[in-house]
Amino acid sequence: MATAHVYKRDHVNTDEIIPARYLNTDAEAELATHCLEDLDVNFVKKVRPGDVVVAGDDFGCGSSREHAVWAIRGAKVQTVIARSFARIFYRNAIDCGFYLIESAEAVDKIADGDEVEIDYDAGVITDKTNGRTITFQPLPDFALEIIAAGGLLDKIAAELKS
Amino acid sequence: MAMTITEKIFARASGHKKVTPGQLVDANIDVVMCHDVTTPPAISMLAERGIDRVFDPEKIVVTPDHFQPPKDVKSAELHKRLDDWAKRHKIKYYYKLGRAGVCHALLPEQGHIRPGEVIVGGDSHTCTYGALAAFSTGIGSTDLAASIATGRLWFRVPASMKFVLNGSLRSGVYSKDVILTVIARIGTDGALYRAMEFVGPALAEMSMEARMTITNMAIEAGAKNGIIGFDDVTKAYLEGRLKGKQDYTVVASDDDAEYAVVEEFDCSTIEPMVALPHLPSGGVAVGDCAGTPMDQAYIGSCTNGRIEDLRVAADILKGKEVKIRTLVVPATPVIWKQASDEGLFDVFYDAGCVISAPTCGACLGGFMGVLAAGEKCISTTNRNFVGRMGSPKSEVYLASPATVAASAVEGKLADPRKYL
Repeated sequence: MATAHVYKRDHVNTDEIIPARYLNTDAEAELATHCLEDLDVNFVKKVRPGDVVVAGDDFGCGSSREHAVWAIRGAKVQTVIARSFARIFYRNAIDCGFYLIESAEAVDKIADGDEVEIDYDAGVITDKTNGRTITFQPLPDFALEIIAAGGLLDKIAAELKS
Repeated sequence: MAMTITEKIFARASGHKKVTPGQLVDANIDVVMCHDVTTPPAISMLAERGIDRVFDPEKIVVTPDHFQPPKDVKSAELHKRLDDWAKRHKIKYYYKLGRAGVCHALLPEQGHIRPGEVIVGGDSHTCTYGALAAFSTGIGSTDLAASIATGRLWFRVPASMKFVLNGSLRSGVYSKDVILTVIARIGTDGALYRAMEFVGPALAEMSMEARMTITNMAIEAGAKNGIIGFDDVTKAYLEGRLKGKQDYTVVASDDDAEYAVVEEFDCSTIEPMVALPHLPSGGVAVGDCAGTPMDQAYIGSCTNGRIEDLRVAADILKGKEVKIRTLVVPATPVIWKQASDEGLFDVFYDAGCVISAPTCGACLGGFMGVLAAGEKCISTTNRNFVGRMGSPKSEVYLASPATVAASAVEGKLADPRKYL
């Protein structure tokens, strides 16, 4: 079961997701130990594999550091649900094969600590705690192709070989 | 067939006669910018997949800058990975220690940016180069790896927003105050996924360096790129500067091109601005926050670390002493040398400033001037997020070099106009 960690705030930025003082490494496991540290210093103690992060508008704004995606992925977060995402973060996530969900409704309906289940193909989030279901627009086909290939580079590597 | 300058650049780069906003295109990349934080992981990703190649060693420009020179063992290892790779692939334009500088000041200065081209870089402020009528945008390490290996990348053509800068700037007001005013109006996601195109008489009067301050901060409004059309200022800046290919294609927006939004600004009413913590959109007139005590002043970065910025700061600091620790960080070695030759270092020394080698350093809380909990810094940089320059309990205030210099003199936020 996935627990939702809800941060209703807008503009959660890449400096909060992975502060630059940790950018002297690109080791995902190490980055993961500082995931969201300047937003919530207790996040890494609370998060369990498969949990989800829920936030407001413009999640991931700021730097182009893909380290932000790696820190979240390294912390075994299954997805981030936000009202909207900053452009470079959104693109980096797709390129890494990491699914993001844009949904204003989910941000309104899911409370911190709720248990949620996500059907990515159908575009449905079920909040098991309050019994509500929320539909979302699945990612567009070109993004799904990249994710299905395991990320942009795996897709390119396969194309180069063929 | 009307198109904006951004659309025309994408049409050319992707082999289409016309492109429209929202369209996915596969575009040729003309220049790839690489630095020490985001490129080493890109190199590793390629190596892990057995793709050890670069699409063109003359179209990749490398400069370590974030932790430059390396601040610790780990960052030294990042530099070493970058260095090994750049040498192995015979990267033609590799700016090593002594010639390395803050990437977004360095690439235009060294003649790597041509109008009409597509430039990507592993850094969000790559949008700076749009001041030279080019499309440029920041990308992450995966996109960087793809660009390095193939010279191509997918893009969704952005809708364009037009920002008309009317009037003339008053004395003591600079392009930094203009962009802080723009972002204060539209917010940090006010241009999300879009192109910010700047036009107007106030812009026409600005130097190329001043224009780069504006396009540098397009990302702070969430934009994909910032762009300014070609004119005599662009032409003069490029004269004798370009490395490699000397010719370029000038493209301009059609008069009847479509814009998602048109925003007008009367620049003659803009005041010196300060963006309060913790968003770049927190801009207010300096009069509304003057007197707030500061602990540090920082003059540098890809936003405002160029020679004109240092001259403005020196004019205010001349014959005075700073009341707080003040760092001056020329953005490139050429700027450093020029500041030295012009006697600006004497002014900074006499005023009690620290003069650093070129580095991104403390702008991102890396090193060379990070903040303790509870400290406040007035800075010419572009971001004031929580923890940006050090402790998550510190605060960053953004302003022009003039406002930062005046604040350094008083030890508190100050209006620069009384020192002019």
